[in-house]
Amino acid sequence: MHDILSVSVYNGEAIDLQKIPQLSIAEFRNSVIDAVSSGKRIASLFAAPSSSLQLSLYAVLADDDAGKLFILSSEVSDKYPSLTPDCPQAHLFEREIAEQWAVVPQGHPWLKPVRFHPSYVADRDAWDRKSDEQIIPSVMDFFRVDGDQVHEVAVGPVHAGIIEPGHFRFQCHGENVLNLEISLGYQHRGIERALAGGPDKRTLHYVETAAGDTTIGHTTAYCQLIESLSGDTISPRAQSLRGMALELERLANHAGDLGALAGDVGYLPTSSFCGRIRGDFLNMTALICGSRFGRGQIVPGGVGFDMTVQCSDILAERLAHSMKDLTVAANLLWNTPSVLGRFENTGTVQTQVCRELGMVGVAARACGVQTDCRFNFPAGIYRFAQIHVSTSNTGDVFARAFVRWLEVQRSIAFIRDQLEALPEGRIRTETKPLSAQKLAVSMVEGWRGEICHVGLTGPDGSLCHYKIVDPSFHNWTGLAMALRGQQISDFPLCNKSFNLSYCGHDL
Amino acid sequence: MIKVLLARLQQGHRTICFPKADPGLPERFRGRPILNPVKCTADCKECIDRCPTDALKKDADGLALDLGRCLFCGQCAGDCSGGAIEFSRDYRLAARSRTDLIVRGREMRLAEALNRETKSVLGRSLKLRQVCAGGCNACEADTNVLSTVVYDLGRFGVQFVASPRHADGLLITGPVTRNMKLALEKTYDAVPDPKIVIAVGACAISGGPYIDLPAVHNGADAVVPVDLYVPGCPPHPLTILDGLLRLLGKVK
Repeated sequence: MHDILSVSVYNGEAIDLQKIPQLSIAEFRNSVIDAVSSGKRIASLFAAPSSSLQLSLYAVLADDDAGKLFILSSEVSDKYPSLTPDCPQAHLFEREIAEQWAVVPQGHPWLKPVRFHPSYVADRDAWDRKSDEQIIPSVMDFFRVDGDQVHEVAVGPVHAGIIEPGHFRFQCHGENVLNLEISLGYQHRGIERALAGGPDKRTLHYVETAAGDTTIGHTTAYCQLIESLSGDTISPRAQSLRGMALELERLANHAGDLGALAGDVGYLPTSSFCGRIRGDFLNMTALICGSRFGRGQIVPGGVGFDMTVQCSDILAERLAHSMKDLTVAANLLWNTPSVLGRFENTGTVQTQVCRELGMVGVAARACGVQTDCRFNFPAGIYRFAQIHVSTSNTGDVFARAFVRWLEVQRSIAFIRDQLEALPEGRIRTETKPLSAQKLAVSMVEGWRGEICHVGLTGPDGSLCHYKIVDPSFHNWTGLAMALRGQQISDFPLCNKSFNLSYCGHDL
Repeated sequence: MIKVLLARLQQGHRTICFPKADPGLPERFRGRPILNPVKCTADCKECIDRCPTDALKKDADGLALDLGRCLFCGQCAGDCSGGAIEFSRDYRLAARSRTDLIVRGREMRLAEALNRETKSVLGRSLKLRQVCAGGCNACEADTNVLSTVVYDLGRFGVQFVASPRHADGLLITGPVTRNMKLALEKTYDAVPDPKIVIAVGACAISGGPYIDLPAVHNGADAVVPVDLYVPGCPPHPLTILDGLLRLLGKVK
């Protein structure tokens, strides 16, 4: 048995493809299961075509305590024994591999399509669908509960608000939800396939819009990955500016979420205030780079726009104002019993379930799990300016709201510190060509949680395979678990407390 | 209760005086591009080659930029050594037809109001159903923001509603993915006549960064007829608001 601990990389480090341990599928399976049972997480698990017309399975295992990423590989053809029965957090990854590459994980208890697209391999399909058969999203066998007074509620894809599409199927007994099954894929644009063969003139724009509310998070992950493959180092000034952009993105979204949570329990003052404060943070991003979503700010080799002295002064002043406004708005929540009554003990995810599912980000930290890429896998500016991990331990809507509030305060402090001590220097350097036959992993703590990009280069140095794992991919099942035993009327509140990305999942 | 009232006082009045007041857009905001054909060198096509969505073309009449494809990334303006392309801070971009989105010089033809008959039905109360069909949640977010206190869309008689059956039209974002085509068609069919369709963002107009990918349909007008195009990636909330109000004849 290989010692899987022999080969590891740090976040933002590339490794020769040849140095990745090649295991038999049995060894691969056991290694992943053992690693996860000893506390590591699956950051990414995917298949990519290997040179010998076969497929290679790759697993990226995150060791939060050591800050290391372990990479394993194994060759498969059209089937292999599923990991999921012994390692639940592999479940969605294995469904994805089956859908993309027509490789059947045998013994998978829940093998259904993830995004409802044709397989990448001509004339092969994990469900034996014909190549000319039209694939209709959410047409599949849903988990069903039968019995007297049990009924089914179907919601979506088109929802009641201005929100992305997805389908939710509830099995209910009266008002109580016995099970929620979430079926997505409506947003599938085929980004990962389009990224293969790059980088080209569209690559950065695919990444910017992979999940448009996380433009900074995804573009930072992409640029870190490119820089690790090209061997470029970006200037301290650019690192600082990237960090500020990432925290501004977090601030805007966390402020918006606090307001939306207030709205979902009918508490209009905070809802109204935060809706506006969110925009104030977006406008701060626009102050720096012209775009409220940070388009054009994060580019390979550095950043697109510098921080002028004047800009820095305005930003510091606006931050102080918004922090004051947000403090008032958020404290109303914590001081209003009718709000707390709805937040507390609603949509609880047990810590053990959170760990088993490999949840990440705000939702995991709300279960008391200490996981935050900025702290556990620091890259860029976070190696020098550490941000403490904000956790809560009740795992309910309250915890997910409160963790956001804690993070808001730390993000503001971070930006203030950076503005006061912004290093001098260039903001961008030309990047060198990418090294051939490498694999690189890049992780960023986006506002939802861990964003993991993995890129493989071919013999010519172009990206031959690109894998994006948005935090939503890990966490959608967490939302389904949070709904068990809840009233169906609490679904909007629970959903908002996770606020996951549909397009980030569907890519 | 006193805490809520004090908080309300502290937060102040935040609704902008649109369209009268200065919108206060940041200096680096990239709005309507301005082309200066005189400065464009005949044999240079650097900007055309590097545009991520092939929004730029050169024909007998000179350089043309399709706002329906443009991501407003500013790459072309940065690349052009002659200064033939620059991005102004003008947020007004909405147009009624696809051809009006082709910019060749300093001006563009902005959206005109609906015809008299439709305007008499929808002009004072327009209810819209938003459909996201592959949008990345940026256009959606900046549409959603119109209902906040800052833009206060309701004062113009425009409101987003939960059901297509309560709506007078659709506001579509995203390139229309293959998986959302049927849902979009069904939602459109559920809206009673007379109805309008507004395509918001480069994706919904042309497919945006996703033009010609196999999983998308290159925009809303591949599936339903479109009455108003609002360019941008994403459009600024003011761009969307301006477009809506032009359509209703409230801004001219």
